[in-house]
Amino acid sequence: MALVLSEEQQMLKSSAKEFFNGNAPVSALRRLRDEKNADGYDKRVWEEMVQMGWSGLVFPEEYGGLQFGYTGLGQIMYESGKTLTASPLMSTVVLAGTVINEFGSSEQKQKYISDICEGKRLFAVAFEEKNIHSPHIANTKVVDNKLSGSKKFVLDGHIADVFLVTASSDSGLGVYVVDAKGAGVHVERHIMMDSRNASTVTFDNASVLDMIGLPGDGKTIIDRSLDIARICLSAEMLGSMEEAFSRTVAYLKERKQFGVSIGSFQSLQHRAAHMYCEIELCKSLVIKSLQAIDQNADNLAHLASMTKAKVGQITELVSNEAIQMYGGIGMTDDEEIGFFLKRARVSQQTLGDYNYHLDKYAVLNNY
Amino acid sequence: MSTATQVNIDAFRSETREWLEANCPQSMRSPVKTFKDYFWGGRNPTFHSEDQKLWFERMRDKGWTVPRWNKEYGGAGLSKSEYKVLKEEMAKIGARSPLFSFGIHMLGPALLGFGSEEQKLQYLPEIARGEMWWCQGYSEPGAGSDLAGLQTSAEDKGDHYLVNGQKVWTSYADYADKIFCLVRTDKNAPKHTGISFLLIDMKSEGVSTRPIKLISGSSPFCETFFDNVKVPKENLVGVENEGWNIAKYLLTHERSMIGNVAKMDKTLDEYAIESIGIEDSVLADPVNRIKTAQWLIDEAAFNFTLERALDEAKAGSPPGAKSSFFKYYGTEMNKRRYELMMSTGGFDNLVWGEEYEDGKTARDFCRTKANSIEGGTSEVQLNIISKHILGLPKK
Repeated sequence: MALVLSEEQQMLKSSAKEFFNGNAPVSALRRLRDEKNADGYDKRVWEEMVQMGWSGLVFPEEYGGLQFGYTGLGQIMYESGKTLTASPLMSTVVLAGTVINEFGSSEQKQKYISDICEGKRLFAVAFEEKNIHSPHIANTKVVDNKLSGSKKFVLDGHIADVFLVTASSDSGLGVYVVDAKGAGVHVERHIMMDSRNASTVTFDNASVLDMIGLPGDGKTIIDRSLDIARICLSAEMLGSMEEAFSRTVAYLKERKQFGVSIGSFQSLQHRAAHMYCEIELCKSLVIKSLQAIDQNADNLAHLASMTKAKVGQITELVSNEAIQMYGGIGMTDDEEIGFFLKRARVSQQTLGDYNYHLDKYAVLNNY
Repeated sequence: MSTATQVNIDAFRSETREWLEANCPQSMRSPVKTFKDYFWGGRNPTFHSEDQKLWFERMRDKGWTVPRWNKEYGGAGLSKSEYKVLKEEMAKIGARSPLFSFGIHMLGPALLGFGSEEQKLQYLPEIARGEMWWCQGYSEPGAGSDLAGLQTSAEDKGDHYLVNGQKVWTSYADYADKIFCLVRTDKNAPKHTGISFLLIDMKSEGVSTRPIKLISGSSPFCETFFDNVKVPKENLVGVENEGWNIAKYLLTHERSMIGNVAKMDKTLDEYAIESIGIEDSVLADPVNRIKTAQWLIDEAAFNFTLERALDEAKAGSPPGAKSSFFKYYGTEMNKRRYELMMSTGGFDNLVWGEEYEDGKTARDFCRTKANSIEGGTSEVQLNIISKHILGLPKK
């Protein structure tokens, strides 16, 4: 398949760009941060995204979705990365929606996916327990339909109506549905460095309402769902990286020292040109991987780790170079470039950093 | 693509497959490795085996040494999609290129783009038939990255030019029959506007060569000296003093060739596993394990990017300065690969031996260091990307 967007995907990308620039630019994130917004995202912006069908973009029409594919969703993620827009897109649609759509029964899809498409309920997936990404570990236990344990780094946990929780039973790892407002569920919101939110969620004999797949299917469910989510997150990171880079190049042309643009200095030119090359590689990985989701490719795990690893490394490079090239002004809170650095570190560790994925890629290739 | 075109292409594919199956000798179906695996053509061609001769002659007679060139120039006049099919079918059976030639890849495009019809008819068919071995005379001792600073002069003497000067890094000048050269025809003009593109017979009086031994132990390059060499006026390609345009065109072309990272017999992880071994189901050296994974990810990403560039070109966006990106990244990656091979290969890879083949990895490793120098250094490519893609200002 040609590594270019179709006309329809291109159109979606353009409208996403227009929408985020108009409704949720970086200044909007700053405002949410400064007013200590209780939700951590703009409800009005999310409602409009739902109305445009973006919450149901990848889901089947029979459950209210548009069945437009992940390559399309990747363009929305990409554009939202450029503006650093905070929304439940990642937690509710990409993570929870994918788990249910890929592994849920048709009744479950009818029940949950249609709510996601209509924006009726927000979801969060709780799968981390250790201090670094370890998606297969669950000391959280399910006994007699009661779930107990503690989860870390639950993205958007504080606004979720429903939790999908990984937990162990005698049959192994499973994915369970728990009411976020139910008895025995305690949510502690943490505002992260990128002004977005992740929660620590403790479950104390919380009632299990439902289960995705069978007990013991958890590893399969999480592996595939997280691979899809890693690719979508990489698309968002690519958007952020490209935006940070183009702002940096613009600054190199504008900023004058010693009577000339600092962009005329070869030491900076070569670093900028090198970043350009690395970003080109990231673009190719992201489009290849997004298309692989839609084509149901059997090497998705390989592609997801390759993409998350490389995009993570280059996001780190570009965000660091951006601050250095902006110089003192880049260190000030007034300037927006710092927001890109902060988001970069959170997205880097979300769903596995490059250390995790370089290792995983080697394991997948049997060495 | 219309159905009719698709039907034609499918027919061409099966014809090509059959023809290759019947005509490509078994021994010509493996990657070229040593000097003897290459056939370069020339006035007095040297074939290293009967199969090599047979394969060359069969391909020559089909016009498939230069499949895209028109028939009157010795080619087969294949369309782009037919050419793609031919390449794919050759790759499928591992068929070697029947003729290695700077004439095909360097001078050919220059003549097709800038030569007179007379010149095309004179030179292209003999290149296609492998009857002339051309070498390239660009760099000089004082003109490397600053190529336009070249000093070899061609003085207008009425019916001929009188050429004096020295070229360096002329590939196989000691074997070549002719050389295409950049020479200075106007000493007073700004450096880019006084250069011309000239064709010189290596048998002319006053031309001499001296091989340069490289750190790899081999000598593919020479120094070439011109001492009062008389060159006929009609050997000028294009317009006098406008040779820099041809040079730029060819350098872009050359870069896109060097930038392709060659496929090897073994992938880097296979190589490392064979050499270091697996312990507890992971590569026994944890640091090289991660470096290997990193390199393989970059290689895949680079290949996807080549693929994407082709797809984008088809969709109508021009490649432009992208060739500098491919040249820079591809050559740096090739160096990284050999650095890793030296490391994972351990003591065995340090052997040098008498013949090139005895210490192939060590020698190839040395050779890769030139990848980011020849055809424009990495630094020059970064300059081009800064200026033409990022639009960063000159001082």
